[in-house]
Amino acid sequence: MDTRYLFKRHNTWWVKVAVPRTLRNQLGYDLRQSLKTHNLEEAQDLRWSVIESLKEKIELTRQSPLQDHKEEETNISVETFMPVTDTTNPQYYHKVVDCQYACPSHTPVPEYIRQISQGNYTEAYMINWESNVFPGILGRTCDRPCEPACRRTRTHEKPVAICRLKRVTYDYKDDITHLLPEVPQEKTGKRLALIGAGPASLTVARDLLVLGHECILFEKDPQGGGLMRTNIPAFRLPVEVLDDEVDQIINMGIETRFNSEITSMESLLEEDFDAIFVGTGAPKGKDLSIEGRQEAENNIHIGIDWLTSIAFEHTDSIGKKVLVLGGGNTAMDCCRSSLRLGAEDVKVVVRSPFDQMKASEWEIEEAMEEHIPIFENHVPKKFLLNEGKLVGMEFEKVEAVFDEEGKRSLIPTGEDPVIFECDDVLVAIGQDNAFDWIERDIGIEFGEWDMPVVDKITFQSSHPKVFFGGDAAWGPENIIWAAAHGHQAAISIDKFFNNQDLYDRPDPTTNIVSQKMGVHEWSYDNDISQAKRFLVPHADQSISLKDIKVEVELGFDDKQAFEEAQRCLNCDVQTVFAEDLCIECDACEDICPTDCINFIDNSNEEDLRNNLRIPALNLDQDLLVSDKLIQTQRVMVKDEDVCLHCGLCAERCPTGAWDMQTYLYEEAKVY
Amino acid sequence: MTYIVKPKNHHPDLEKNELGLTRRDYEGSISSLCAGCGHDSISAAILEACFELNISAHNVAKLSGIGCSSKAPAYFLNQSHGFNSVHGRMPSVATGANLANHEMLYLGISGDGDTASIGIGQFVHAARRQLNVVYVVENNGTYGLTKGQFSATNDLESKSKYGEDNLFPSIDLAAMAIQLGASFVARSFSGDKEQLVPLLKAAMKHKGFSFLDIISPCVTFNNHGTSTKSYDYIREHNESVSKPDFVPLGKEITTSYEEGQSVQVPLHDGSLISLEKLSKDFDPSNKASSLAKINKAEEEGKVLTGLLYINTESKDLKETLNVVDKPLNQLSEKDLCPGAEKLQAINKDLC
Repeated sequence: MDTRYLFKRHNTWWVKVAVPRTLRNQLGYDLRQSLKTHNLEEAQDLRWSVIESLKEKIELTRQSPLQDHKEEETNISVETFMPVTDTTNPQYYHKVVDCQYACPSHTPVPEYIRQISQGNYTEAYMINWESNVFPGILGRTCDRPCEPACRRTRTHEKPVAICRLKRVTYDYKDDITHLLPEVPQEKTGKRLALIGAGPASLTVARDLLVLGHECILFEKDPQGGGLMRTNIPAFRLPVEVLDDEVDQIINMGIETRFNSEITSMESLLEEDFDAIFVGTGAPKGKDLSIEGRQEAENNIHIGIDWLTSIAFEHTDSIGKKVLVLGGGNTAMDCCRSSLRLGAEDVKVVVRSPFDQMKASEWEIEEAMEEHIPIFENHVPKKFLLNEGKLVGMEFEKVEAVFDEEGKRSLIPTGEDPVIFECDDVLVAIGQDNAFDWIERDIGIEFGEWDMPVVDKITFQSSHPKVFFGGDAAWGPENIIWAAAHGHQAAISIDKFFNNQDLYDRPDPTTNIVSQKMGVHEWSYDNDISQAKRFLVPHADQSISLKDIKVEVELGFDDKQAFEEAQRCLNCDVQTVFAEDLCIECDACEDICPTDCINFIDNSNEEDLRNNLRIPALNLDQDLLVSDKLIQTQRVMVKDEDVCLHCGLCAERCPTGAWDMQTYLYEEAKVY
Repeated sequence: MTYIVKPKNHHPDLEKNELGLTRRDYEGSISSLCAGCGHDSISAAILEACFELNISAHNVAKLSGIGCSSKAPAYFLNQSHGFNSVHGRMPSVATGANLANHEMLYLGISGDGDTASIGIGQFVHAARRQLNVVYVVENNGTYGLTKGQFSATNDLESKSKYGEDNLFPSIDLAAMAIQLGASFVARSFSGDKEQLVPLLKAAMKHKGFSFLDIISPCVTFNNHGTSTKSYDYIREHNESVSKPDFVPLGKEITTSYEEGQSVQVPLHDGSLISLEKLSKDFDPSNKASSLAKINKAEEEGKVLTGLLYINTESKDLKETLNVVDKPLNQLSEKDLCPGAEKLQAINKDLC
């Protein structure tokens, strides 16, 4: 029996060609291809052309080791049929993990949630710390882009409480000092100046310290943390948590210069720094220039400045009647802070309709739970004074009208003006960047809205030594974005120090491991919890409303954390399909609880999506398309949209053509 | 055996039928058959057919004997009645149930052992009497439950998984059913739902003995290289006589066929089974033509599938025996004891 180059895998004959040792890094140990036949004689005939093509591939790789041959193969006419999904592209399975894909820092969410359900809080914390730097802070304050993306919003109702589970990792972790990366004693001699001690700068410093670069941090305030300290009130983020996570990074060896505001970029550039990172945020609150503004100056406060003065304990009281202007998160923080500083009648007044307020849903809910009324569609017209003192404000009622392009305009309704009495007004209608300290003739180009021109990939400005990140780069965003920016900027700065190409970005690290333990044993929990989202317990209002330092949310206890963690669908446990093992028994198609799996004739993407058992109409979600199957020439098409990752397809598969494999995707960092 | 609990969640866009039910509402318990068993695909096809026909599960009785196939009724239509009888005795139970209440849909699920061996006598007479039942044989050619011995439908040339020769020729249950007088005879394949589901729907609407011989590969014992009932063998040797399409009452036929290319057979409730002819020399209403076609396919080494024979004129058992229309459990005392006057009249007739 001549079986040279041939081997049998589950009744099907395959060809295997060994790869020369020098090329194994690129091609692996050997190259294999299925002959798609059960018949040995046929396989003996078919093998030669396949062997030839595999050898050709080896030869091509030998000649041009960097050229990507895959492209030619996948570039088949997409008009007539959908090409086989390339699951070796790290982004394919990454995208299936909706939460991680939506997170700017790409934190491996299901991975740390599994650790929580096993009680490994420290491990769960470190997964977070590596990726988003401030798990304790973010677990209380993150804008949670992961949660609306959560698969549960499509299969059940409410997403997993990812953010509050992140908090759990901080609350229950052990000492982590010994787990932190080591900072080398021997320095590289490269010096980086960081301006502003907010999350972006701290992330950059953390990443670069580990490589032995020196980091010198300039901050105008007496303590680090940036907006995390100045703009987020203590009842949402206790000072101890903030100090803990900020100091952790500073203690890694940052040289700090607190209370030193940089007033001239030009003179900083003249100092002995190899690069400068600007992480100054968007520190200027917008003002409202209407009638009476000047006269009532003493009782009108800019929201973020007022919050800052509370944080540094310069302010500890406010009038009895307070109006808060604005509908963003700052406005929500202002109104709730007012209550705690002694105000008795606090109103939030918004120009826009209620459902278009910029604040996060849960921030609005918290304010409303503290019985703070929100008035929508009221445009401020003037400040009213009596004997030189602010006594109220006049508003015009409007309604929102949208034109054909969806552009909103606020049209007065013609009703009588509305007057609200007040002692103090907090203006929280937006934030701006402030770059008056950067001279415009030193090589840093400024563009629209007086913002610096920053490269979206490298975070470098038009001055090669100057990098931007966080809110300073493209305007106000959230802390998690600042952390994401920081990692990327750190990569660029290190490359800049080493005279490397800044556009040559490192690849993510990926790993995929089968979860099959035995015939019916899986090393992950695949029971789908039908529990509703658990609510985070709150402190009693009789206590929390009296003291601005009492944290309102108490966090999950370990039991609630476990139950909430069980709601995670394990989207990172991927359904991996091997077409050459499939015998087309249709068992997976029959068992799939959400009808994701189809065996169907291939066609172009649009037709294919419509021809599935249940049409795949969510275009944000990909289709997993297999190669043609031996027996019927159909293809397997799986709609990733509402797959529960329950593993029943793999459990009911007689040949192991389906397997459940955990996919770990880690975004590249500089170390 | 599957240990994962099937999640209750279904696709948010899952279709509902006229009863407001989804396909998932017709499910049964999770299957304990081997992974990849053809029987599970047949179960899926049955629940698909019931869903599409808007059948209320409480109007269905699932009857079976013994064997892997006879476990299958537990895996579909959880809300239906069921009777798991003695080996090979499903037709007797079905006959009794049918005579007591002929308003229900009877699904008899049997296997090649249950029907072609121990229960062949029962099968023969149920067919001969035109018992109004959908009689499904989940035919895998092997005794899976007892570790893979040959069954009576295993083809002569088909060896066992361990290489043993089969000593006896096989019984063709479909041909036998035609000869016995069954009025609806089809053969299909568990791996071809496009054919199987319309056939099942037509069988459910047909009045009389509806027989379906469904080849259902046994992944554990009879899906190897020398088997003639494996997934790949059937797919390679399948010859379909026609492409069936079930057209419910009041719906128009939307597919257009070339002239002479299709036949429409009206079923008892006015629905149609439309057959797109794939074979010219074949007439499914003619016994001789059907048997000849089956024989020819056998000679050519083909597995003939599709609707092989249909006769919509024949009487079913209830009509032949002139059984009362109402189900027995709905007969009142008045129906059962018509009174002294009637009795006298009857007695007078006997004089």
